[in-house]
Amino acid sequence: MPECTVPLTESVAPVVTISNLIKQFGRFAALRGVTAEFSGGKLYAILGDNGAGKTTLLRTLAGLSQPSSGKVTILGSRRFHDICAQVGYMAHPSLLYDEMRGMENLVYFARLYGIDSGTRCAEVIRAVGLDPQLARPVGQYSQGMRQRMSLARALLNDPKILLLDEPFSNVDLHSATEMVRLLAGIRDRGTTIFLVTHQAALLEAAADEFVWMEFGRIVGRTRDLKRPEAES
Amino acid sequence: MSAPTGITRVTLLKDLRLEWRSKDAINSMLFFSLLVVVVFSFSFDPTAEESRQIAGGLVWVAFLFAAVVALNQTWAREIRNQVLDAYRVSPAPANSLFVAKTVGNFIFVSVLEALMTPLFIMFYRLRALGPAWPLLLIAVFGTWALVVNGTFFAAMSLRTRSREIMLPLLLFPISIPALLAMVQATTAILNGEGARFWIVLLGTYDLVFTTVCLLLFETVLNAE
Repeated sequence: MPECTVPLTESVAPVVTISNLIKQFGRFAALRGVTAEFSGGKLYAILGDNGAGKTTLLRTLAGLSQPSSGKVTILGSRRFHDICAQVGYMAHPSLLYDEMRGMENLVYFARLYGIDSGTRCAEVIRAVGLDPQLARPVGQYSQGMRQRMSLARALLNDPKILLLDEPFSNVDLHSATEMVRLLAGIRDRGTTIFLVTHQAALLEAAADEFVWMEFGRIVGRTRDLKRPEAES
Repeated sequence: MSAPTGITRVTLLKDLRLEWRSKDAINSMLFFSLLVVVVFSFSFDPTAEESRQIAGGLVWVAFLFAAVVALNQTWAREIRNQVLDAYRVSPAPANSLFVAKTVGNFIFVSVLEALMTPLFIMFYRLRALGPAWPLLLIAVFGTWALVVNGTFFAAMSLRTRSREIMLPLLLFPISIPALLAMVQATTAILNGEGARFWIVLLGTYDLVFTTVCLLLFETVLNAE
């Protein structure tokens, strides 16, 4: 499949620039030369079949996976450590301690970002529709509650770049719609959101751009939820 | 961003809280050591003199094996739900995590030693011929030697398929100088002899390996 890079029409400087990004696991190439620019304050929905490289791309942006070759520049820096305080990351697993309450989890992770106030933790828990006073440990939450608490953890540091991997999986339709509304609000306040999902329909109204991936490449970027035609 | 010491403190408190709730490490270590004491006491019936000769070896080998149980648990809870990734994407320094984990393991193993030592003394009718206080120094240096390398190698074997096997394979050979110093120093003190050389060796071992582990831990943490 040929590489398809849609040039940005906006004059705004990109917040994320990816240049010929290749990521190999042994002999398998999960990303095969991704090149793209993304401007700030937008919600990008990254779509594609299983194995298309969506999660690998997100993990590379989150600094969890090192590129085999190519460049990734985020907020003007190529060193993830310099900008990690401005990035929020939500993975498919919850990234939470099962034995601790939601609030305890968030208070701990907040300290890693230098946030001492429990008020911020309570604020993000309420924002995702949960109760900060919930006495149950996270291990006893439903899958949907866990997903929302995981989103709350990603929002703790009020990130400029938010990376979300399958935030709606196992979340009921009503809660998922609420999450989309919350994310749209965050985007409107200037945060750039990259969201990997298989439930693209939920984002039809909220996403600014749909980024289509196939076989480790971006094969198209569309304004609406219409899969681009494969080039011959 | 919080100071590294602040992050170390909150991470340590978090680990102590998790252990208090689950008691995974401490229970496994206690039962294991108890089993070793009882089995050994049935296997041998040493005189007081023989006990002084062999106790150092028995005690430290039992603590080494028991420590491996705790060391495997330390990182297992960071892998569950991939919580370690949440730490890795944060601005918190890698060494704060390492120090917190090492101090946590030091506390767990020290608690085990405090509980098991009276049993060893009782079962083996141990009585030191000279002053026994240097044993405390050996316990502190020896325990640190086990947990600092153990925490490091447990992190290193984190992503391997059979990490429970990998940890002893990596840890035991590198612990031999420390184990030798611990056993020799303990035996010397029980027999009323000087152990200065072995204690200095143990202290040097701790210093060298703590430095090496701190220098390399960030690379180990971010390895794919």
